[in-house]
Amino acid sequence: MFKALRARLFQKYRTNKFPDAAPKLPEHFRGRPEFDKSAVDAEAWKSAAEVCPTEAINAQTPAIDLGKCIFCGKCAKANPAIRFSSEYRMGCMKRENLICNGSLPYTPDEQFDAGIKALFGKSLHIRQVSAGGCAACELDFNVLNTLAWDMGRFGLKVVASPRHADAVLVTGPVTNNMRLALKKTYDAIGEPKLVIACGACAISGGIYQTSEKASCGVEDIMKVDLYVPGCPPHPATLLEALVRFMGRKQLDNRA
Amino acid sequence: MDFLSFKNCESVALANIPVLDFADFRDTLKDLINCKNCRVSVFTVHGGKLYAVLLDPAKHCFKAGATAVGASYPALTNDIPGVHWFEREIFEQCNVIPENHPWLKPIRFENSDKPGVTDYFTMQGNAVHEVAVGPVHAGVIEPGHFRFQCMGEDVYNLEIELGYQHRGVEKMLVDSPAKLRNHLVETTAGDSSIAYALAYDGVISALAETPRPDLTERARILRTLALELERIANHVGDIGALAGDVAFLTTSAYCGRIRGDFLNMTAQLCGNRFGRNYVTYDGVEFDLPNHKLAAFRDWFERTVEDFKNAWLIMSDDPGALDRFEGTGTVPNEVMREIGAVGVAARAAGVDLDVRRDLTGIGVYDKLVWKCALKKSGDVIARAKTRRLEIRESIRMVRALLTWLESSNSPVSNNATAPEQFKADSLAVCAVEAWRGEVACAVFTGKAGNMERCKLVDPSFHNWFALALALRGEQISNFPICNKSFNLSYCGHDL
Ligand code: SF4
Ligand code: SF4
Repeated sequence: MFKALRARLFQKYRTNKFPDAAPKLPEHFRGRPEFDKSAVDAEAWKSAAEVCPTEAINAQTPAIDLGKCIFCGKCAKANPAIRFSSEYRMGCMKRENLICNGSLPYTPDEQFDAGIKALFGKSLHIRQVSAGGCAACELDFNVLNTLAWDMGRFGLKVVASPRHADAVLVTGPVTNNMRLALKKTYDAIGEPKLVIACGACAISGGIYQTSEKASCGVEDIMKVDLYVPGCPPHPATLLEALVRFMGRKQLDNRA
Repeated sequence: MDFLSFKNCESVALANIPVLDFADFRDTLKDLINCKNCRVSVFTVHGGKLYAVLLDPAKHCFKAGATAVGASYPALTNDIPGVHWFEREIFEQCNVIPENHPWLKPIRFENSDKPGVTDYFTMQGNAVHEVAVGPVHAGVIEPGHFRFQCMGEDVYNLEIELGYQHRGVEKMLVDSPAKLRNHLVETTAGDSSIAYALAYDGVISALAETPRPDLTERARILRTLALELERIANHVGDIGALAGDVAFLTTSAYCGRIRGDFLNMTAQLCGNRFGRNYVTYDGVEFDLPNHKLAAFRDWFERTVEDFKNAWLIMSDDPGALDRFEGTGTVPNEVMREIGAVGVAARAAGVDLDVRRDLTGIGVYDKLVWKCALKKSGDVIARAKTRRLEIRESIRMVRALLTWLESSNSPVSNNATAPEQFKADSLAVCAVEAWRGEVACAVFTGKAGNMERCKLVDPSFHNWFALALALRGEQISNFPICNKSFNLSYCGHDL
């Protein structure tokens, strides 16, 4: 026991300061893309659209679909007018709000659903289902459970049984082989229930959108209540989106 | 006739691969595997031929041979158990039947609309009961279906059916434009992105019509650094997960956080915690400039101290050890026979490590390190093998950081990735990922197009070892056995 106590002293308190302070993001972190919509050169824009591996860039109008984007940075190399900012807050409750028009500063301004806040504002129990993809999304969701992020602080909890869940958090494009299992898990959750699509795969099929063996994300199968972009979403992106979604608190409100 | 020898990251014309008659092929294969200590890296049917690519650790090279097959051929599994899973894959993926295979069933349910619905091995008797788990498991984990045949608490047989993560990576690679391919490869198993990126890079650089100029010194150092950071992060995570499963919460909690720190170091290199997009054809995407090395090393050393502390409190705890020791044993002969690789095999004394056995990837020949090896093949051996590998990787990272200081090359050699490849060729690249050997093989066609891309995850070799580890175990020991292997579902399912 003394060993454990000594270790505790040595390891100290390490839960990060988020949400009271902005999360520490690495230097090369790619967050919300930034570009000046009005000054975009049509040809240069097209060249960015051409290199995009996931068709996230609309060649006609200056807009990037964050639901398809895997934040690879290829577009910014082809067209330096595009820059990736360190704005990690990218979760949205409406699909159309994921279409990024390049303007910053950005404040997530979606209105919370008062109903969600009333029902789930204090606690949200999540059943996670992987339905294809590469497993990095679930790994970085799991990280919210470690003491670095400790999502329990916000009433967020992973549950094993769908019967205990308020929401299902889906990762992956939904493979044909997982469709039934996902559907059954969803059906087993009692009403009211929410669906969270985590990562480019789950939102749009992402890297796998042309796969013959998978759908193009969760929306092909069920209505989605929260979209969290990224490949995979940074833990800060996911946690911020979840807590904002619960209507608990507007986190890290930099102007 | 002998198989053709060639190096890691080297291409060979398909016409140069010897085509043996079937009996000769089988006997050569048996001899190489049973007497020459070779191991199967790739085993598949392509263009009417059954190809075997073996890794010869003594000669530091691959050996490839082929034999013509029609709609079926006599299964080799009965003679060479190490190919049993490959032959099931051939049956499912290539539509060729290995006759008299002892257990011929799909491994991924690629062509069926009822995943998991198949005949299972069952036992009869009043006291026997069957436990079926998954595809959706209790935690945040990928899907798979497990069938246990039990009597009371004791497991007599475990059968594992996968395929729920099957999204057709290999076919997509062939059909997709080049700009998507590296992303597909990196996400074959998202926790081994660097290893996969390196394996794919090894193959396409070998197949390029104009040879790629040598990678710069810095690029080679940084690639090796990224691969070792990936290894450390995942091994630390696994040790934490094992601790969690025996309710040793201090180690579990600390390792969870420390794994994150190592991932953040990878993010420091390239912006992404899983190293996405870091490996590029011309080297690596970003430099770790010399003026940032001191801070990086500092952070690394502090995190290493945290890890040592977290390991120490568990490493002699009688309660934890009691659960780990003698649990889920797969002995050396069995591991060899079924062709297991990586940490799990080394924990049973199978002395294989691609970093040492092959050249071509990273700068391992310039570093001082030892291949981690344990004997007992149980959960504690797998945990300790991880611990030893972490120690060796720490040594490597230290040396790499020092080396960076004195290296002033750029990180890019300005090469551009080839659009076309050498015609009618095969290139193979193997990389020691943290789980074990990741292999990538590309067959090109007449027009220099990619005709087939075969990916072999270490989990592909090792899932059966987990099934064997459970024999005679209590079913309540499944979680620690499973964590001690920590195999990939998506890497297997492709
Ligand atoms: S960063 Fe996003 S938008 Fe840009 S090329 Fe990559 S996937 Fe496309
Ligand atoms: S979105 Fe990206 S990280 Fe997430 S599962 Fe899909 S490929 Fe993996």
